[in-house]
Amino acid sequence: MRLLRSTLTAAALPVALVTAWWLISRGSQSFFWPPLSDIVAELRPTWLGERLRADVVPSLLRLATGYALALAAGILAGLAIGLSARLRQYCEPVLEFCRSIPPPVLIPIIMLFAGIGDQMKVIVIVSGCVWPVLLNTAEGARAIDEVLRDTARVYRLRPAARFRHLLLRGASPHIVTGARQALSIAIILMVISEMFAASNGLGFATVQFQRSFAIPQMWSGILLLGVIGVTLALAFKLVENRVLAWYFGLRRHQ
Amino acid sequence: MTTAPVLAVDHVRKIYAGGDRRVEAVRDLHFEVTAGELVCVVGPSGAGKTTLLRCIAGLLDVTGGEVRFEGAPIDGPPRGMAVVFQEYGRSLFPWMTVRANVELPLKEKRVPRERRAVLVRDALATVGLDDVHDAYPWQLSGGMQQRVAIARAVAYGPHVLLMDEPFAAVDAQTRADLEDLVRALWSRLGVTVLFVTHDIDEAVYLGQRVLVLSNSPTVVLEDVAVDLPAARDQLSTRALPRFAELRAHVYGLVQQAKRGARTVMADPTAIGRPNVYEGRTT
Repeated sequence: MRLLRSTLTAAALPVALVTAWWLISRGSQSFFWPPLSDIVAELRPTWLGERLRADVVPSLLRLATGYALALAAGILAGLAIGLSARLRQYCEPVLEFCRSIPPPVLIPIIMLFAGIGDQMKVIVIVSGCVWPVLLNTAEGARAIDEVLRDTARVYRLRPAARFRHLLLRGASPHIVTGARQALSIAIILMVISEMFAASNGLGFATVQFQRSFAIPQMWSGILLLGVIGVTLALAFKLVENRVLAWYFGLRRHQ
Repeated sequence: MTTAPVLAVDHVRKIYAGGDRRVEAVRDLHFEVTAGELVCVVGPSGAGKTTLLRCIAGLLDVTGGEVRFEGAPIDGPPRGMAVVFQEYGRSLFPWMTVRANVELPLKEKRVPRERRAVLVRDALATVGLDDVHDAYPWQLSGGMQQRVAIARAVAYGPHVLLMDEPFAAVDAQTRADLEDLVRALWSRLGVTVLFVTHDIDEAVYLGQRVLVLSNSPTVVLEDVAVDLPAARDQLSTRALPRFAELRAHVYGLVQQAKRGARTVMADPTAIGRPNVYEGRTT
């Protein structure tokens, strides 16, 4: 009952906004602002046909690859930096610099050495996503309890167990925070990298539609990206609730 | 029964050096613990009790002297030693169930699965926690969490059990129960226990010997033998005249320690204190 009510509460505003859009745009004659019904009608024929294989899946694969690589690299480097005060001193200024570069700025440079293929797009995604993961993980590793570390030493946990049971789990609340930030950055960079120079992908196709004045199709691309973003955020929340069940429980008990 | 010292603290010195500041925490600690003994360590706050325990546990390097565990100098936490920390809430892995917490050290010791299950079940039963295997530590009360930490230590099968003010953060009733649990485990398992506390009553009630530490930089002020009957009981033992004498004696020593004494004064009355030595027979 409470779940139902909270779901309804969360869904109320989105439903209202979409309804408003639907009603206001109904019968619109504007070339650039087609009725929402036209846009929705375009979704299936535009994206679930040939383009599913040609554009949607390649985009999602780049997203998944870039995001996974950024997570792995960010977590490993973050743990190393978080655990070593010396390494932190060396790296901190550089990290601050790297973090404050807007990743799209790097696309022209990355294109120079990585070309315009999938590799370039994955590198762009990684180069933007890795920082929030890395910095949050470093913070998380630093925050792992002293007594817990002593406990792990006293009971002679081997390196693999220390990594898995102490470092990874201990830093996991921070890692998840970084991963959540990185996910939205990943989607943005996936689209932007495809807009720059590409021959397929969601961002590429959407820009193509705009340039060929296929306006309802362009809108449907934007809508699809929105739906993908929301779906990924929901999936992330499910994983988070599972991985951090102990953390939320611990906080409720304090 | 062997009388070889299982633990030898041999003129241990510890200086914390940070930048160009040097703080001498422990000056010269020297004592031995025989296998099967239950030794309590008391001292005023800031006496370096925790420093000493961390040196013995191999968590901290000593500056001078050495700690030997079963004859071998300690260099990192040795196999065969378990520690129960004061901060029970921070020494259990909050992302693991009670069972997983107790089992993890056994996995690392490569104890086979079936044997592990038996050890975990027995250890939790021993501390009176039969029905919380699948709970998370933070779902339990403070006293129960410390029982889990004790069960983990017991299951590990240590030769020496170090306890660092384990009951300082639990309420008085729970504390009495846990004290009796430690006595029971000790006599049942024959494990050597070194129990650090700031509570004089607790030290006298639990120990066969009480080591009274001086203020920092620390030395052993006196090694007090506790000649109370082995069967101890919260009510009757604490009501014994001998208990009161020992308690008063240790109390007097701790007071001296607080004032900075490095050696026991021959005549405490000389500094205007009641003579706490009157009842001493040892």
